Amino acid sequence: MKHIHLLGLKDYPSEDIQTIIDTAYKFKEVLGRPIKKVPSLKGKTIVNLFFENSTRTRISFELAQKRLSADTVNFSASTSSLKKGETFKDTVQNIESMKIDAAVMRHPTPGSPLQLTNYIDAVVINAGDGTHEHPTQAILDMMSLHEKFGYLNGLKVGIIGDVTHSRVALSNIYGLKTMGAEVTLCGPSTLIPRYAEDLGVNVNYSIDEVIEWADALNVLRIQRERMQGGLLPSVREYRNLFGITNERILGHKKEIVVMHPGPMNRGVEIDSAVADSDQAIILDQVLNGVASRMSILYLLLGGKLDEESD
Amino acid sequence: MKISKLKKNHILKNGTVLDPFNETEKKADIHIENGKIKEIGKISAPKNSEIFDCKNLFITHGFFDAHVHFREPGGEDKEDLNSGSMAALAGGFTGVCAMPNTDPPIDTPELTRYIIDRSKECPINIHPIGAITKSQSGKELTEMGAMIAEGAIAFSDDGLPIGNAKVMQNALEYSSMFDIPIINHAEDECLKGDGVMHMGKVSTNLGLPSSPGITESSMVHRDLELAVHVGARLHVPHVSSARSVEHIKSLKKKSKKISAEVTAHHLFFTDEDLVSYNTNLKVAPPIRSVKDKKALISAVKSGIIDCIATDHAPHTIEEKEGTFDIAPFGMIGLETCFGAVNKILVHDNSMNQLSLIKLLTVNPRRIMGVEQDLFKVGSNAEITIFDPKMDWRFSKKNIFSKSHNSPFINQDLKGRIKATIVKEHITTVD
Repeated sequence: MKHIHLLGLKDYPSEDIQTIIDTAYKFKEVLGRPIKKVPSLKGKTIVNLFFENSTRTRISFELAQKRLSADTVNFSASTSSLKKGETFKDTVQNIESMKIDAAVMRHPTPGSPLQLTNYIDAVVINAGDGTHEHPTQAILDMMSLHEKFGYLNGLKVGIIGDVTHSRVALSNIYGLKTMGAEVTLCGPSTLIPRYAEDLGVNVNYSIDEVIEWADALNVLRIQRERMQGGLLPSVREYRNLFGITNERILGHKKEIVVMHPGPMNRGVEIDSAVADSDQAIILDQVLNGVASRMSILYLLLGGKLDEESD
Repeated sequence: MKISKLKKNHILKNGTVLDPFNETEKKADIHIENGKIKEIGKISAPKNSEIFDCKNLFITHGFFDAHVHFREPGGEDKEDLNSGSMAALAGGFTGVCAMPNTDPPIDTPELTRYIIDRSKECPINIHPIGAITKSQSGKELTEMGAMIAEGAIAFSDDGLPIGNAKVMQNALEYSSMFDIPIINHAEDECLKGDGVMHMGKVSTNLGLPSSPGITESSMVHRDLELAVHVGARLHVPHVSSARSVEHIKSLKKKSKKISAEVTAHHLFFTDEDLVSYNTNLKVAPPIRSVKDKKALISAVKSGIIDCIATDHAPHTIEEKEGTFDIAPFGMIGLETCFGAVNKILVHDNSMNQLSLIKLLTVNPRRIMGVEQDLFKVGSNAEITIFDPKMDWRFSKKNIFSKSHNSPFINQDLKGRIKATIVKEHITTVD
């Protein structure tokens, strides 16, 4: 692997993304066994630093760590001394002094994982930094697409919804572009970055045109606070213009794969009929999330795959 | 850095004297007697004179910074008037205007008097800028008349914009009685929102909340229109966007009472330097695009922008080591100003040396209504001696401020202050 840490997918090498995906397939096979545990990271200590609430990403990482036999410690902001006025630097250096090998961090501030690498010696994995990146989510999304289609190069992916506030979108854009996919963003103009085209993507405000064009859609979660912020008039307006409704999908005589990073607002950005259909690979994404994170931890922490395959 | 009292007779020998007031450049010596300029020319030194050899050096007016934050009273962990003075001397500044956003803010005649009294104990000249509104809350005007009587040199709520246009109009109308500048930190707070950097390709890549150039230029335009309408003096601080420059250019044609300043950091850096999430580059208004930087450089060269300031804004390490969203806005700049602007303007953009010096001396003094003819015989010596060609890399050991929040650390600069003379003392820089 070219990089010690996984901070984001901007400028991340395509060979390394491919290696992570290929290795993730092997771990997915492990997850299908009756005994779903391998000793790859036995003796390694990983701390999960969650400065922001998360359920699925945290559980997915914890499960990946347990399946690899790593020792884990969990830290969350609500139980921490941050509330007592300790600085970010002091907090993480204290944790580092306890001799850890890797830190998985979720933090509300863009750039904080990079900052973390200045303060500690352990391997840093970004589990989402504000509105910046969420690289492990993008890798599991790409693994799911790769699994479904068999290729990423030339694949047409539509990213639908609130792109401006989405770390999932930005990491997907970087990763997909690196892997040779084409990306079109579709959502309200108030929620698409003003300089989005500088990222090498297309912007199209017509959801029907995007559905017609795309091989797959990645549907982002719409947060209700965007309405208070004056960026969206109403849920109804959003659903009318951009909702992935059953009628819309049925109106196009083509196979299209639907993804969602969760948690879903059923009836807002996606209809239940679509989310629960055969076209949706949302639950595959969850399982692939564990496999991808096992792969990432394993590759960055220098585990040995040969041992356990004996 | 060493400060020593001037001898009875002090001779600056073999240098080139740049007089930005009379716009002359000549090989000459300067004789300082009892802290005052005695003679400029070919000087035969009296017995027991102290000779300072200025071979290959320029001798000019002490620099004047229209915009610093010295944090006293209330923020002495970051800076105080003495430590700020040391940073100023290292950067060749003999006079500064201190912004009033202290704790409490300088919003009464009594607090203005406090700064004046304290500045007497400091090794440079510190002029207080008073707050425009009480508590800098943007509502009620301060007692400007009484504050001017105590020594306030201008008025500003710097750090906070005057959001209400009517309050801004009132401030301009009221201050016009005294013909003293109003300085408004122009950033529309609604457009700024939670923005922490310039909006552009880089902010999209970094995922940081951002605000575009019009956040500044729309308010600059409002202020200019009001100033023209009222006929008051308006000084536009830290201009950062190309569009603001266009507005200043066009409205300067309508009024002679408009002036504008640019900081060294807006001339030196671009938003691309933020890719490392260096919180020392988090500043308000933000560092903008290459296009904006080019527009600022050309505005300085063409005279649309009148002076260079530092907006020296000290913050503690622990504050700047916070995450990007909570780290405070601002950076120190006194020690690096000359090496940075001399590199960008004279070396990289072929500006004339004397023209640059005017932006650091006579122009800001004229805007602030301070004596500008510093080489007049009999004047108190306020002199800066610099090497225009010296290449050096700025490091922490060059910092004399209490705070170390400088993005210039490890940057290569060109041109170095060698000595600063003010208040009967000479400071030499190693």
